[in-house]
Amino acid sequence: MKKGFKDKVFDSTMIIITAVIAIACLLPMLYMVSVSFSSNYAITARLVTIWPVEFTLESYKAVLADRSIVGSMIFTIWLTVACTILSMIMTILCAYPLTKKKLKGRNIFLVMIVITMYFSGGIIPEYILVKDLGMTDHWSALMFPYCLSAFNMIILKTFFSNLPESLEESAYLDGASHLTILVRIVIPLSKPVLATLALFYAVGRWNGFQDALIYINRQEYFPLQLKLYQLVYNNQMSEIALMEGMSNQNVTPEGLKAAAVMFATVPILLVYPWLQRYFISGVMIGAIKG
Amino acid sequence: MSKLKADTPALQKANVSHLQQTEVIRPNRFLLYLRNNYMLYLFLLLPTAYFLIFRYGPLYGILIAFKDYNIFQGVWASPWNNFASFKEIFSMPQFLTAVRNTFLLNGLDLLLGFPAPIILSIILSEIYVKWFKKISQTVLYLPHFLSWVIIGSISLQLLSPESGLINNLLLKVGTTEPVPFLTEPFVWLFTYTALGIWQSVGWNTIIYLAAIAGINQELYEAAIVDGAGRLRKIWHITLPGLRPTIIILLIMQVGRMLSIGFDRPYVIGNPLVMEFSDVISTFVYRIGLQSFQFSIATAVGLFQSVVGLIFLLTTNYIASKVGEQGIW
Repeated sequence: MKKGFKDKVFDSTMIIITAVIAIACLLPMLYMVSVSFSSNYAITARLVTIWPVEFTLESYKAVLADRSIVGSMIFTIWLTVACTILSMIMTILCAYPLTKKKLKGRNIFLVMIVITMYFSGGIIPEYILVKDLGMTDHWSALMFPYCLSAFNMIILKTFFSNLPESLEESAYLDGASHLTILVRIVIPLSKPVLATLALFYAVGRWNGFQDALIYINRQEYFPLQLKLYQLVYNNQMSEIALMEGMSNQNVTPEGLKAAAVMFATVPILLVYPWLQRYFISGVMIGAIKG
Repeated sequence: MSKLKADTPALQKANVSHLQQTEVIRPNRFLLYLRNNYMLYLFLLLPTAYFLIFRYGPLYGILIAFKDYNIFQGVWASPWNNFASFKEIFSMPQFLTAVRNTFLLNGLDLLLGFPAPIILSIILSEIYVKWFKKISQTVLYLPHFLSWVIIGSISLQLLSPESGLINNLLLKVGTTEPVPFLTEPFVWLFTYTALGIWQSVGWNTIIYLAAIAGINQELYEAAIVDGAGRLRKIWHITLPGLRPTIIILLIMQVGRMLSIGFDRPYVIGNPLVMEFSDVISTFVYRIGLQSFQFSIATAVGLFQSVVGLIFLLTTNYIASKVGEQGIW
């Protein structure tokens, strides 16, 4: 079918509007990239817009020279990986039995879990609990209190329930245990949704800020987000960076902050596009159930 | 359980020997069930422990809202305070401001942030250049994955009055004074809402795009036969097709009116705009963990949980009623 002139105008209008919005989404990040690569002079003279001016790596060198930032980064990577693995194990262990309709007490478990989605103690009782368990100022406070999301569990349970029952049943009749069925049949069939949930958990931990602000006072357990917050908002330039900035005039606070933002952003940007085709389905199941 | 019930009438009729037989079988049946399914309970052990400790454990701490909490005495030994915390919070102007601001900021998100993804998803659904659509979707979803600390840092560099890029450009274009995006309370309200839309508009199109994909294509074909243009098709087919999704999501968002995240108002807010940026979550943090008034902060949290729950249940009820009228 040939498109009329009116249709072509309409098509181009839609494309232009979308392009403008997409660019608006991208520009702020592009600006940060440019600032992080620009020279001290270009930044203070306000010459930077969307391309780096007087390309330099000084800001990145300054960030990497700061032991506390690098320490935060390594700690956050470790924490994110460990939390994601733990959360996935917990979510799978919780979701699989609850798909079995014949499981006695299934409803008790389900009600117990769903209640937590509607009502919580609030941050002060949670803080008191974590403190009483002796977990404050320790990585465990960032790992255990939120290691299982009822919401994600329901998403996974819905997905498991939609798998063809015949596969599991035939394996069961062949004498396979629940563990074998879970590991050999259910998990391999659920890779897309597992990837989605792992992404959600990983991004949630990587971006997590409030729990760190509340529970952590010791520098060595500062996740990157808290470190970045202090750097940007409390102007806590570390001593090394300050000294360097003063001695060779190569680093501005803006450049340093922009480089630090890059370190907090780039890992997500590296992972996310690869998982994009998977997470649509995860979001959909969540939206329908939630 | 249903098996046992079904057995009962049979048992009443049965003779003694039969009865003895079933009594022998019954524990066996249970053991058999356990032998086949113990692993499922083993799987549930850790998750259950998690929920009991970390989700139900804090509920015990709510008691301190009704007590004069003393860290050294602990939750249980602290003396009851006869609802003094609740009386106190309702006489605190800051608390009332925080409640008002929570409604205000959520209301702005509802007013401006809610329609944005609907419009964007309709625009996206009208794009037939596949590669372009795919790339723009990737870009549009991206901000959803950035934390509020990152967005806050970026917004500082973009929007600050002295050094921000936007004000720089505006001055070059010809405005005489820098716009105080982050420091003037009313302008800040706009900034807060705009940053929220920036972060979530793309992500929130996902569900609408799926709803649009589910609309019967024959409707569009029939409309073409009837000579309808693109705008007419959007107005008469796409929008009505989206209506159930829009209504459910709207009701759910209204249900969350009293709950507000912590990171966004805390990071984007600053002392100069406190009159609008202080919401319940930041207020609880401030009086609870910075001023250590645990009982009062817990009372505020409890107030939020309970009223929020009532909101949520009411709107969920309405949503299910709407749903029952047929997906319209």
